[in-house]
Amino acid sequence: MPNFWLWYASLLAYAFLYIPLVIVVTFSFNDSKLNAEWVGFTLEWYHRLLNNTDMLLAARNSVLIALTAASIATVLGTMAGIAMHRYRPRLLPFMVFTPVAMPEILLGVSLLIYFLNSLKPLLSTVGVEFDLGLVTVIIAHITFCIGFVAIIVRARLAGMDESIFEAARDLGASPWQTFRLVTLPLILPGVIAGALMSFTLSIDDFVITFFTSGVGTKTLPLEIYTMIKVAVTPEVNAVSTLMMLITLAMIVIAGRVAPDVLRAKA
Amino acid sequence: MPTERLTRWLVSGPPFLFLLLFFVLPSLIMVVASFRHPGEFGGLAPLFPTQPGEEGGLTLENYRVFFGDWIYFQIFLKSFVIAGLTTVLCLVIAYPLALLIARSPRRHRDLMVLLVVLPFASNFLVRVYAWMIILGPFELLFTPVAVILGMVYVHLPFMVLPLYTNLEKHDPTLLDAAQDLGANAWHRFWKVTFPLSLPGVFSGSALVFIPVLGMFAIPEILGGIGDWMVGNMIKEAFLGVRDWPFGSMLSLMLTVCVLAVAGLAAWFAGRRLRHA
Repeated sequence: MPNFWLWYASLLAYAFLYIPLVIVVTFSFNDSKLNAEWVGFTLEWYHRLLNNTDMLLAARNSVLIALTAASIATVLGTMAGIAMHRYRPRLLPFMVFTPVAMPEILLGVSLLIYFLNSLKPLLSTVGVEFDLGLVTVIIAHITFCIGFVAIIVRARLAGMDESIFEAARDLGASPWQTFRLVTLPLILPGVIAGALMSFTLSIDDFVITFFTSGVGTKTLPLEIYTMIKVAVTPEVNAVSTLMMLITLAMIVIAGRVAPDVLRAKA
Repeated sequence: MPTERLTRWLVSGPPFLFLLLFFVLPSLIMVVASFRHPGEFGGLAPLFPTQPGEEGGLTLENYRVFFGDWIYFQIFLKSFVIAGLTTVLCLVIAYPLALLIARSPRRHRDLMVLLVVLPFASNFLVRVYAWMIILGPFELLFTPVAVILGMVYVHLPFMVLPLYTNLEKHDPTLLDAAQDLGANAWHRFWKVTFPLSLPGVFSGSALVFIPVLGMFAIPEILGGIGDWMVGNMIKEAFLGVRDWPFGSMLSLMLTVCVLAVAGLAAWFAGRRLRHA
């Protein structure tokens, strides 16, 4: 395609990507209850947000879930990535990648049945109270994050010279020493990228959280969903802008610390 | 060597067990659930009834209802049409962008990719909600047009990234050769660049088509009463009328569609590569 057309079409595409977000951010400072026309500048919506206890609780839950899920998923995903690279297992890649590739709703509803119909009665026979809540959301998030971490870690290992690991073993390093002193430092950018990606995926997830959170547990995306469906006020714009800023910061950090993260999605 | 086997077990064991417990097992239980009866107060009826006369065990009823009524087929068909249109529109918008990034100087590429990924920095609901604000005054809100627009917007980066990854690897001397042989810009694109990029086109299409097929939030927020997709039916079956067996059956039907689409994309990509 000639360059002129490429530039033209690309500029339009970039505009398409950004105009909606600019509108959301702009209206978050608009001194009007309606998202219709610009009236004047205000910070009222942010002020309201800071006094909205439901929203603060949801934010706390979101961060708690994302931190826990990302930590565990990073450990399990790194293990899976190494295992797939080194031992070429047949079943594991299927188990790791399918939750990433299939529509989210399928994982959400199958876990809903499993938690309520299988685990809950099973655990109650041994006297353990179990219900949908923070724990089930965390488990669900770990399940889909493992795949992303494993993809990044395996990609990083694939580009490496195998003789480094052999040399370490020949020099008498135990498998654990080889891992701690050779493998881990080499794959660390990938591991960090995987962790940051898991954190962003978890804190942004709506669909899987929606099915696995039960009635009591709220997260930021669930709160946004309720606001959009019930009563749209510019508070939605404010919380959206803040969430954009948080995830934006995460992506910039990820790009700096571990450039692998940008290519992981493809 | 025993230590080698132990290491192997220690490394693969934990992720394997976790996914067995929280992915494979739940999926299998959903398969069984699709053959069960709904419980009296929603959920599932017992698999092994304890009292005589109590409903339980397995049944083909859910499948009989599904295949006995056009409406379910229509909703699946509509979901396919929406996913197809979304994929084509994403391809049309993403291709020039991916091509421009791939042909830009190396030092600009990461920034240009970042600019495509950045809108991802906002929550998916926020991006959908932004279109509520934009489309509101145009009387386009709560129409199929709004649904497709929202779908395209949310899934665009999934198309750009695999395309860019593919296009970046093309050997530029091929285009020089084509030019030397007298091909103009459009010929060079259609005869050289595009055929070589087909693996990227197929993986991007699968990455857009499959999630759109199962989406429920966008039709709910931007669509009208008539814009239900498979995902909305599944959501309603589980959380609305609480008929889990029927919902499980619908989920399995969706899984079959997804597998068919993924298999088809892989087959086309493989066939293309062999003939190229």
